[in-house]
Amino acid sequence: MKPLVELRDISRAFGGIKAVDHVSLDLYPGEVVGVLGHNGAGKSVLMKCLSGAIQRDSGKILIDGNEVQINNPRDARKHRIETIYQTLALADNLDASANLFLGRELTTRLGFVNDAQMEAETRKIMGRLNPNFRKFSAPVSALSGGQRQSVAIARAVYFDARILIMDEPTAALGPQETAMVAELIQELKSMGIGIFLIDHDVHQVKQLCDRAAVMKNGELIGIVKVDEVTEDDILAMIIAGKKPEHLAA
Amino acid sequence: MSDSARPTDKTTRRSLFASLEIDTRLLGMIGAFVIICIIFNIFTDGRFLTPRNIFNLTIQTVSVAIMASGMVFVIVTRHIDLGVGALLATCSAVMAMTQKAYLPGLLGLELGHWAIAPTAILAGLLVGTLIGAFQGWLIGYMTIPAFIVTLGGLLIWRNVAWYLTGGQTIGPLDEHFQLFGGTNGTLGVGPSWVLGAIACLIVILALFSARRNKVSHDFPVKPLWAEISLGVIIVAVILGFVATLNAYEMPIGRLRRMFDARGEVMPEGYSEGYGLPISVFVLLLVAVTMTVVSLKTRFGRYIFATGGNPDSATLSGINTRFLTVKVFALMGFLCALSAVVASSRLTNHANDIGTLDELRVIAAAVIGGTAFAGGIGTIYGAILGALIMQSLQSGMAMVGVDAPLQNIVVGAVLIVAVLIDIIYRKRLGTKA
Repeated sequence: MKPLVELRDISRAFGGIKAVDHVSLDLYPGEVVGVLGHNGAGKSVLMKCLSGAIQRDSGKILIDGNEVQINNPRDARKHRIETIYQTLALADNLDASANLFLGRELTTRLGFVNDAQMEAETRKIMGRLNPNFRKFSAPVSALSGGQRQSVAIARAVYFDARILIMDEPTAALGPQETAMVAELIQELKSMGIGIFLIDHDVHQVKQLCDRAAVMKNGELIGIVKVDEVTEDDILAMIIAGKKPEHLAA
Repeated sequence: MSDSARPTDKTTRRSLFASLEIDTRLLGMIGAFVIICIIFNIFTDGRFLTPRNIFNLTIQTVSVAIMASGMVFVIVTRHIDLGVGALLATCSAVMAMTQKAYLPGLLGLELGHWAIAPTAILAGLLVGTLIGAFQGWLIGYMTIPAFIVTLGGLLIWRNVAWYLTGGQTIGPLDEHFQLFGGTNGTLGVGPSWVLGAIACLIVILALFSARRNKVSHDFPVKPLWAEISLGVIIVAVILGFVATLNAYEMPIGRLRRMFDARGEVMPEGYSEGYGLPISVFVLLLVAVTMTVVSLKTRFGRYIFATGGNPDSATLSGINTRFLTVKVFALMGFLCALSAVVASSRLTNHANDIGTLDELRVIAAAVIGGTAFAGGIGTIYGAILGALIMQSLQSGMAMVGVDAPLQNIVVGAVLIVAVLIDIIYRKRLGTKA
């Protein structure tokens, strides 16, 4: 099977600090790849190179085997790469549907934003993701953490993403909402969507991911299949920077 | 079971209130405005609420109100523009020099030629837009804080205006140009009624189509009686406003001169109302256009999204830098439009035109509920804010309050208005 995404030799420095240092990583359709590491390991920067929020200094990005140029978030969206940021990246003063369609508003024939149609679409997708959601006309600042999360997820899912980047999607959620996200990830997988999952929770990575890529100080320590290693092995990679080949079998 | 009755009751009452979609903050501002009017009317023995004074109030408000609508966008995107009064002066100077010196001098156009006023206005609007865009570029792309760019602009444009005219008062301005000044350019009784009727028709159609649109999507709608009462109130306000302006009659001397100019003799006992001033018509056009822009266009949506969360706007693919350029270009355009109204109202361009307008404009936007934290503000609020400030100022002048006290009161009102707003938002539980 051909990889959906190939990150090849990606580097990005901030001043003298190499935030991402020659990292290569693939993602296959229907696969969940966990991206792990301490704070400052470079996992978020690597993912932002793919989502267009940060421009890489060198390296290539291939989608379906073809090299693509991703210089800003609009480029990424064109290639159907969607991102759920840890901060959720919601405009607090706008309502759910304005946030869901931000940057991609539906318009009437005269070019005005079509709020009614956007709200109708929002009701549809939210009915699927979070049937209890009711606050369609309130600004998202009035929503709970879980509700805000579901708006951010809806935004990524609605536009037929092929590649999804999730940055600690369950960090701010309760157990029930976390279970919902896990369920959603399974559903998206079965649709053939490739998912990069940035996560701190090794236990969760074992459950949700197919493979785990561990980074430390901007470098890729290694990529392992989660079925073939223990949680302690992954922790050893994260904390001590132990290469996969040195792990006790 | 009886226990659960109370919370249910409460939620239905709240949702009834919400379903009426009553903007409590707009209601509060209108209430404050009405109270101000009534108090001044009592203290001036009924002189405050006369057609004559209402007419004057509206034409005095126009210049600040036009700029305040642009200031809403500027503040919503978390910027500030301290230089609008100075920019108004430069635009006014450009227009005055174009009509009195450049066109007659360089092109040999005769004074009073029909093309002078439109050319001058176009030149002014162009200069205002370009200066605004340039400032927006410095802010958006060069990332200089708007406070600094426009503080510098305040000094620069105030004195560019001085430089252009050599400090002289330029006037009297072209008579066609003066049509935008208020008393010198009104639509007359008949056309004012026609415009009022058209406005009423548009309001009714808009309410109707919005309701039909909601029903077609199965969204909750207001009860029909609420919708109809809202329509009736708006129509009554529009027609009442037109009737008031029509009731202000032109002085006999002015009418006689008009008849003399046409070579006719004025019939005995003839009278004619002023009707809607062209400048007020311009303000209403600006208000409607800016409101539509803010609520119904992508540009407006992006302005509010950027103000609410600049990072998320960028991550959503919005070009926030270019957006800043556009917002300040629009602000510059509106400064130029205000310059047309302000200078033609005075019938000349004077060196101090627009002095301190930046503060009035910012105050109007803030009294109107625009939040400095960004992301929140309405056009109608800003215009109502401008009207409240002007009412306070001229009301106090009519009552005979000392000049220093007038400004003290206006300053205090500004602070109290913001305080009330903060308390109101805290109660509502939304962030300002």
